[in-house]
Amino acid sequence: MSKKLLSAALGAAILGVGAHAASAATLDDVKAKGFVQCGVSQGIPGFSNPDDAGNWSGLDVDYCRGIAAAIFGDANAAKFTPLSSKDRFPALQSGEVDVLTRNTTWTISRDTSLGFNFRTVNYYDGQGFMVKKSLGVKSALELSGAAVCVQTGTTTELNVADYFKANGMEYKPVVFEKEADATGAYDAGRCDVYTTDQSGLYAIRLNLKNPDENMVLPEVISKEPLGPAVRQGDDQWFDLVTWVHYAMVNAEELGITSENVDDMKANGGPEIKRMLGAEEGSKIGADLGVSEDWAYNIIKLVGNYGEVFARNVGPDTPIKIERGINALWTKGGLQYGPPIR
Amino acid sequence: MGKKSMADHALGSVKPSSSGKVSLIYDPRARGIFYQVLTVFLVALFVFMVTQNTIHNLQKANIASGFGFLEGRAGFDIGQSLIEYSSDSTYADALLVGLLNTVQVAIAGVITASIIGFIIGLGRLSQNWLIAKICQVYVEIFRNIPPLLVIFFWYKGVLSILPNAKDSLELPFGMYLNNRGFAFPKIIPESGFGIAVAAFIIGIVASVIVSRWARQRQMQTGQQFPIGWTRLGLILGLPILVFVVLGAPVSFEYPELGRFNLRGGSNIGPEFISLYLALSFYTASFIAEIVRGGIKAVPKGQTEAANALGFRAGLTNRLVIIPQALRIIIPPLTSQYLNLTKNSSLAVAVGFSDVVAVGGTMLNQTGQAVEIVAIWLVIYLSISVSTALFMNWFNAKMALVER
Ligand SMILES: N[C@@H](CCC(=O)N[C@@H](CS)C(=O)NCC(=O)O)C(=O)O
Repeated sequence: MSKKLLSAALGAAILGVGAHAASAATLDDVKAKGFVQCGVSQGIPGFSNPDDAGNWSGLDVDYCRGIAAAIFGDANAAKFTPLSSKDRFPALQSGEVDVLTRNTTWTISRDTSLGFNFRTVNYYDGQGFMVKKSLGVKSALELSGAAVCVQTGTTTELNVADYFKANGMEYKPVVFEKEADATGAYDAGRCDVYTTDQSGLYAIRLNLKNPDENMVLPEVISKEPLGPAVRQGDDQWFDLVTWVHYAMVNAEELGITSENVDDMKANGGPEIKRMLGAEEGSKIGADLGVSEDWAYNIIKLVGNYGEVFARNVGPDTPIKIERGINALWTKGGLQYGPPIR
Repeated sequence: MGKKSMADHALGSVKPSSSGKVSLIYDPRARGIFYQVLTVFLVALFVFMVTQNTIHNLQKANIASGFGFLEGRAGFDIGQSLIEYSSDSTYADALLVGLLNTVQVAIAGVITASIIGFIIGLGRLSQNWLIAKICQVYVEIFRNIPPLLVIFFWYKGVLSILPNAKDSLELPFGMYLNNRGFAFPKIIPESGFGIAVAAFIIGIVASVIVSRWARQRQMQTGQQFPIGWTRLGLILGLPILVFVVLGAPVSFEYPELGRFNLRGGSNIGPEFISLYLALSFYTASFIAEIVRGGIKAVPKGQTEAANALGFRAGLTNRLVIIPQALRIIIPPLTSQYLNLTKNSSLAVAVGFSDVVAVGGTMLNQTGQAVEIVAIWLVIYLSISVSTALFMNWFNAKMALVER
């Protein structure tokens, strides 16, 4: 049978015989091997994408580098496993990756029956539709009868079923396992519509033969809070992964950047000093299971949330995404870091 | 002296079996039974431990388990379905849709691969140099390319470069070909259509009866009966006649251009077509070799003997060579059919919703890898075993009946 089947069976076997990985102290394992293994996408520009030399970059990749920086003081102590939408969950369940930093929507079933934990959202997204401009479609409500390319193993394929049903429209799903195959089929005219998270649409549009001949429709049909997932039953690791994001968000709020972090550490107010590990007798880092300068390392080596956003997907990148709801809560967005104290 | 006692004798040379009081430890039969029981016990223990361990670990990892999820609402749509299916159907329904799709492509593939395979296999034996070479090139090409590439060749190389729906290639009888697949009029039966179908069935039954009678008569009297024409007339002619007499009780729904696609009519998507063609062409190359080998394996003396008896070439082939060749061909043919069925799981690559693709989607949504992998195994095993049973039956029917 296919390779997929085999790998799934293998995953199941691993699960059966050696699932101790799920409850072991992941942080200890990671420290012992000297790097963190992150599950990422197989290539979504701006989020997780390898260049010609195999170097990964993107918002999700930087999250992973932030974890590495917090543990090892080295943002490069991170390795990446590209995973299709379908393969990502068995990979995390079986312990093939330590954490999934891969445009993954936080849903209740993933949080419960799949055995994962979510807490932070590093990108608030929603599902949209992309069509060829030449079709003359202006709204998703005109799409009845269309063929829709979609990737399997996603919330996308469920949302699209709900949306068309709710609006009494018909469609023909054409379901692919690999993003590249789905994109290729859309580009070749097999489908009228490509649907996925809006962030994905902007990224994928760049990979099309003629990006300018395609447009994203205005409707956003779902909530897609994208964030990292870890296995249940390992609170220490869960806490660490969580606070890496909050450290980046708090740093942005406090105006700490990779440029000024040394200065801030020496001369900042008590809140800043506490976060950056310059407070006398603080044991925040120790309680997290890492060194006291964990947050300092994240900001210094990777940057605050605003920097990471701007560098990977912001208006100055080819993807050109505005902060929108991903702005800080103080600026009308949803990004909010609980206090570090 | 029977075989068994001879073996006993040989083994018992240390302790003559005639004494009748061998210690059980030295009795080869008792030892054999002991080891078999032990093996069964160990395997059962292993399976039991793995199962326990899996359940335990799944619980520890808080991953849902059990088959209860099959009752749940699937929530996703499937592009190609032979039965009524919507996102409101259950996971079990979704699996059934996938299974039927697998079976459909497998059966279509097996039939087509056999036809192409026989033609190419016979072609390789042709006296005509050109035909033989062309067939050889066919075999060498398709046998040496991984089936996945053949699928992609059809999907990306041929079907996806067809025109879009607006500029579909128009074929006769309201059929269209475009990059969304092959569209053709849907046949809608009207009252009286059932009678024509009944005539078709009657024709088949009648032709079987007539064939029997004709064979018996030939056995007894030596007189031949134009059975081929009679069969054709009964199976095709009769229903067509009834159909025409009833005034063609069908109507057609023609595909028409909608806003996006051709609407109405029937449509076969490029996913199915590419998978079906690829599996057929790929497997046919192996079948061709099996057919060629089977025919070659019939000794030349058989042909000469038939010639000596005054059989014409056609009759020699039909009555002497092919029946003997079939006996050699059928067993390896079975493995090719099984291969084709299993290769159909490459469907995921082009987005055809076979049982692996649908199961994969379910696996992802429910996280129940162990259950779904188990279902896959059971399904493929059942398909393979049924194919093998059918082919064994066919083989037994074809096997040499010694008189
Ligand atoms: N957020 C959705 C969809 C995420 C998703 O997998 N999106 C696709 C399309 S943008 C993707 O990232 N594919 C990349 C890949 O499979 O490598 C989910 O979590 O289910």
